Amino acid sequence: MIMVDATQDYRSSVRAWLTAHAPGPAAGLTSDEQLRRAREFQAALYDAGYAGITWPKEVGGQGLGTAEQQVFSEEAADFELPTYPFIIGMGMCGPTLVDLGTPEQKHRYLPRLLCGEEIWCQLFSEPGAGSDVASLQTRAVRDGDGWVVNGQKVWTTNAQWADYGALLARTDPDRPKHAGLTMFIVDMRAPGVTVRPLRDMSGRAPFNEVYFDDVRIPDDGVIGEVNRGWQAAVAMLGHERVSIGATRRPRSNPLEFASLVELARHEGVAADPARRERLAELYAHERALELFNARMRQETAAGNPPGVRGSVAKLAGALLLRRAIETASDLAGADAVAWDPDDARAAELALGINSAPASSIAGGTNEVQRNIIGERILGLPKEPQVDRDLPFKEIKVGTQRQGGVR
Amino acid sequence: MKLVLEPEQQELRSTVRKFLADRSPSAKVREAMASDRGYDADLWNRMAGLGVLGLVVPEELGGAGAGQVERSVVLEELGRALTPSPFLASAVLATDVLLAVDDDAARTELLPRLAAGELVGTVAVGEGGAGWDRQGGATTATARGGSWELAGTKTLVLTGDTADLVLVYASTPDGPGWFAVDGDAAGLIRTVLTGLDPTRRLARLTFAATPARPLVAADPAAAFDLVADLAAVALAAEQVGGLQRAMELTVDYAKVRVQFGRLIGSYQAVKHGCAEMYSAWEHAVSVLRYAAWVADHDRAELPLAAALAQTYIGPAYFAAATDMVQYHGGVGYTWEHDAHLYYKRAKSSELLFGGPALHRTRLADRLGV
Repeated sequence: MIMVDATQDYRSSVRAWLTAHAPGPAAGLTSDEQLRRAREFQAALYDAGYAGITWPKEVGGQGLGTAEQQVFSEEAADFELPTYPFIIGMGMCGPTLVDLGTPEQKHRYLPRLLCGEEIWCQLFSEPGAGSDVASLQTRAVRDGDGWVVNGQKVWTTNAQWADYGALLARTDPDRPKHAGLTMFIVDMRAPGVTVRPLRDMSGRAPFNEVYFDDVRIPDDGVIGEVNRGWQAAVAMLGHERVSIGATRRPRSNPLEFASLVELARHEGVAADPARRERLAELYAHERALELFNARMRQETAAGNPPGVRGSVAKLAGALLLRRAIETASDLAGADAVAWDPDDARAAELALGINSAPASSIAGGTNEVQRNIIGERILGLPKEPQVDRDLPFKEIKVGTQRQGGVR
Repeated sequence: MKLVLEPEQQELRSTVRKFLADRSPSAKVREAMASDRGYDADLWNRMAGLGVLGLVVPEELGGAGAGQVERSVVLEELGRALTPSPFLASAVLATDVLLAVDDDAARTELLPRLAAGELVGTVAVGEGGAGWDRQGGATTATARGGSWELAGTKTLVLTGDTADLVLVYASTPDGPGWFAVDGDAAGLIRTVLTGLDPTRRLARLTFAATPARPLVAADPAAAFDLVADLAAVALAAEQVGGLQRAMELTVDYAKVRVQFGRLIGSYQAVKHGCAEMYSAWEHAVSVLRYAAWVADHDRAELPLAAALAQTYIGPAYFAAATDMVQYHGGVGYTWEHDAHLYYKRAKSSELLFGGPALHRTRLADRLGV
């Protein structure tokens, strides 16, 4: 792909560095070994000046622009880098501290995040608060010179490793739901924090549930201002969207076009006209999304970041997976129903099918993405918000509970 | 690969958009589609004056020496406005045939006149619903003495009833070839067809011992392939413009129409449908920019890009136009509202060069599946 010349040198040095320093395949390593490798690689990134590319220099970042960040992301997409334990910290919590943190918070937390010493997680979603995060019920109550937290969070990526979490909790239930929240830095090793793996429908446990039982947070753990946690959350979710937009698909995916062509050949149906048309149609949607993403990257490089148009790509990616499942079904037929235990190809396809629903839910459901596109891009009128101005304790949340009552 | 328009290309778009808003509003579109000629000749002359008819024609032949990206910008605007016009026939198909063959004399004689709008050209290739046949079809060209004659029937000829110049793809004993025929040649019968899309004039041409001038071409089938791929990209540009306008008009309506005490755009059933239309447009325009860039810079990839463009964009436009009628409700089903014109244009365009199954099959071929 032809890119603007200004970043050409940067691209060359990134590529050279990654080629020299990207670790080999992680297959077969234990979880502890993988974590150690991730820390080492993050430290190497930091030493080489590739950690916190757009973060200010005074907090340990590189002080460069989104163009350089994008170049790095594009080059990094060709490698399987062990950055997973740091994605929440680097992509969401860190940038939010850059925006809103006190000088002491920035100094205390950001350098250790950048150099791979400390891992972060984000604690927003709850069993009763998914798409409507502002209806969350975890309470933080003032107690002397600090706060005491009780409640439950869910779908927490990397909590099993995390040293710190960015916690959104309710500090004033007498105010409307958006106006009574505060964001905190919580020490994940503090007494009363319990992390449990959460098994998802694919059978794996990449997420956690986190329980808070009388967990104390000192006053200097507030991010931004008390009762302005929603504004902090919006800032963080904005970083999440950029972070998701910058993530490219892994190189091998059982539901992508190239894999499905292989599947068609394996099944002996690659010459069948109906199957060929199905494959071509899938390719068209996959390629259209790639081209849309490429177009947004070019606009970003030219100084026009896509903003909420990232929701279009997020939604399209989720719908593409559904389309790919239909195509795979037409190709594999009953062969996708059961297979020999050592048939890795069939197992991979089944895992693809069984994990696909995550992409239509995680990071904002398809329905929420359509609302964002409709309201924030097209300017369509918002849904009437019946609970927006009521005190939180008077509204219903989740499936049954009254807001103020647990 | 460049997927974002340059400032000059954006300026061209603004100029053409404003021109068509002034000269080709809905009332004018309806007047033109009901007229004998099927388009507004005065508007055509003004388009020539704008210099947009010869965008891809080299400057030494009276054109602008620009490229496919620029031409696609103009086609997007024409598709947006639903302007009945010989542009696709003359400034795309006929122009592209003359550029693709190797006939310097014909080029020198005809391209400046096409670019100036003095001559309206078209091509006659298709013979039925199965798309274009690169073998030349059942229409034959026969040499008699020093001259050639055509026999056979071509159909779905754009602006075929009034075009001054018809470039015909026909079979000869030595393979397919390209032939130029005058619009008023002896033995040429032109029948106006009734079209699904009233804004697009199509005709059937029957040739009976019709005198024709052979165009010099080293490889007529290669020229055919190139013309067909460029036509797919050009049509895709029209479709993207129409899709965008269908989306915009629907969103605008959802912001003013009230039912059950609320603006209908506040209902998720409608809002989410609008979001899908927008998403389709973002993808379609990305595919179009890629295909147009490839047409200018990477002819080896053009066959794939052209098949991709028609596979993705054709059905996407019809889906959006269907939703446009739907979300307008009853008023969208009236003759008075323009929604039906987008709907008919979208379906007619989706099928014009052979239909979705054909494009998907062609894409599979080109992907090596």
